[in-house]
Amino acid sequence: MPEKNDLEKLRKAFDEWSKSVEKKLAKRPERKPTFINTSGIPIERVYSPLNVEWLDYLSDLGFPGDYPFTRGVQPTMYRGRLWTMRQYAGFASAEESNRRYKFLLDQGQTGLSVAFDLPTQIGYDSDHEMALGEVGKVGVAIDSLEDMEALFRDIPLDKVSTSMTINAPAAILLAMYIAVAEQQGVPQEKLRGTIQNDILKEYSSRGTYIFPPKPSMRIVTDIIAYCSEKVPNWNTISISGYHIREAGSTAVQEVAFTLANGIAYVRAALDAGLHVDAFAPRLSFFFNAHLDFFEEIAKFRAARRLWARIMKQRFGAKDPRSMMIRFHTQTAGCTLTAQQPQNNIVRVAFEALAAVLGGTQSLHTNSMDEALCLPSEQAVQVALRTQQIVGHEIGVTETVDPMGGSYYVEELTRQICERAEDYIKRIDEMGGAPAAIEKGFIQKEIQDSAYAYQREIEKKERIVVGVNSYQVEEEKPTNLLRVDPAVRVSQVEKLKKLKAERDNSKVKETLESLRQAAEGKDNLMFPIIDAVKAYATLGEICDTLRAVFGEYKGVAAFGS
Amino acid sequence: MGSKKKIRVLATKPGLDGHDRGIKVVASALMDAGMEVIYTGFRQTPLQVVEAAIQEDVDVIAMSSLSGAHDYLFPKVMELLKERGADDILVIGGGIIPDEDIPALKACGISEIFGPGTNTQDVIKYIKENVKR
Repeated sequence: MPEKNDLEKLRKAFDEWSKSVEKKLAKRPERKPTFINTSGIPIERVYSPLNVEWLDYLSDLGFPGDYPFTRGVQPTMYRGRLWTMRQYAGFASAEESNRRYKFLLDQGQTGLSVAFDLPTQIGYDSDHEMALGEVGKVGVAIDSLEDMEALFRDIPLDKVSTSMTINAPAAILLAMYIAVAEQQGVPQEKLRGTIQNDILKEYSSRGTYIFPPKPSMRIVTDIIAYCSEKVPNWNTISISGYHIREAGSTAVQEVAFTLANGIAYVRAALDAGLHVDAFAPRLSFFFNAHLDFFEEIAKFRAARRLWARIMKQRFGAKDPRSMMIRFHTQTAGCTLTAQQPQNNIVRVAFEALAAVLGGTQSLHTNSMDEALCLPSEQAVQVALRTQQIVGHEIGVTETVDPMGGSYYVEELTRQICERAEDYIKRIDEMGGAPAAIEKGFIQKEIQDSAYAYQREIEKKERIVVGVNSYQVEEEKPTNLLRVDPAVRVSQVEKLKKLKAERDNSKVKETLESLRQAAEGKDNLMFPIIDAVKAYATLGEICDTLRAVFGEYKGVAAFGS
Repeated sequence: MGSKKKIRVLATKPGLDGHDRGIKVVASALMDAGMEVIYTGFRQTPLQVVEAAIQEDVDVIAMSSLSGAHDYLFPKVMELLKERGADDILVIGGGIIPDEDIPALKACGISEIFGPGTNTQDVIKYIKENVKR
């Protein structure tokens, strides 16, 4: 920190400099009367030590791997090992997706990330009426353990870490994963990976809920409890700001609403009788990397500092691992343009760089064609190569938190912390995130930000290259990747065959045990694993739970 | 279309897709342009969409899908509208819809498809110029 005398001198010099600049503005005005970022934080003309007088190095930043982890969760960060390069993929059938995973692993990807189709995410088998038109479209269709076996055929589950974007039926897909591993001779203690399992943001932002909040939170805590004992290396939840941001929130709202959800999960696990340090180290997070480069870097740093303080001060965690935000990042899908799609390669590269400078643990880079369709193999390859170039060619991985100490980034980090804390306080006063969602507060905040953002684009206050400026007449792209509608037909056939060949009395028996557990208090993971191994389908298991828990109908959160 | 009566719009998302940022932004813009907007929320079956449209006596249906299921869902909505004799409602669509799918969607009666990057003012203008009742 600068000495007091130095600061006085600096302040005087700054005032003089400002005055002389102001004089010149009449002749040469700045591009805009005010500069302000997406979170509404005003941006100064220049930042200097005067902006970071508040900064106490050890308590606000600390060294990497030390509380409050502002500079990173590991002491050596990318000098030790680069982030996990993990492209979210999956479409059509399990066989087709298995081929894509092997392609990605061949290209140097270091972890898998499974995309499920919407019927799977909402607990319908492929032959359900609600599944019409949706089977295999946005991810792979999984109806039973049989599909999961095909999905991971010849992929050794003790060698890869797998992330699964699955929420309402997370317990079922995790059970299937455990069962496939067992068939491969891999014990569950050795499994590494993540299930998203973040139901709260489904209500507020993403939409793939099944059950009402209360039983949903019970399923979440059952999974946390089961894994803390049986699958110790598994990330039991990935508390996700990604979808909150995609739905239109600002960077500050992304941090605030994600951490508010995190607080609710910790609270629920404590209420279920777990000890904070027994489960908190396996909580993981998932953030968005949007376009405002410095705001994003500051956001990641702010999230780390804020969560560390929450875990230590509010929940009395003792284990430093309980205080660390380890997170996955995906570049912002909503910043991709359908116009001049090759420009997206550049956007994604900058977003990826922000994620890396923000200290992410793993990263998905979007493909240039994703505003049009599912990514082609070539587009995915460029996206993965972007990460490899950031990791190996441009030198940003040689030291830890190279942005640390930037007057601008440190001041932005502080402001994001402060504004997010204000939101968290308001949410606390409403009774926590579940209550704030039930009231529609979080949805409304996001919706307002989304509309404001769109209006800025339409008024050209925000330039989107190729969309509201620099447009060209362009050829419509052809040969887009499409999912063959025959996928549904073959899934339905497979289901018919499965139901004819499996031991149906075993299925009935395991579903009955599940029903009883659901009505009582026993951990649901055990009966779900039994049902999955008996080849009960995902739809059958979800229907059993629907019968006990009911279905959530959503809150009307639209309006002014 | 008299100038006194407000244009009524059903904004909706058929299918399982929960990406509702776009439809909500469009709905807000239509409201700001003086239209009456009924938003159904997402996860609607085609039948629910059509029933809501008839019950609310709307002039326009604006529907969105980003999951790729438009090729089944949008024509199904049109089929049910025709069955009920409500095909004088102006129907527009939006979302992630490949250009090569648009001719087939228009052939079944959807008037216009608005893709990513659309200015909401263009949607408003289109509705005002094309609303049929």
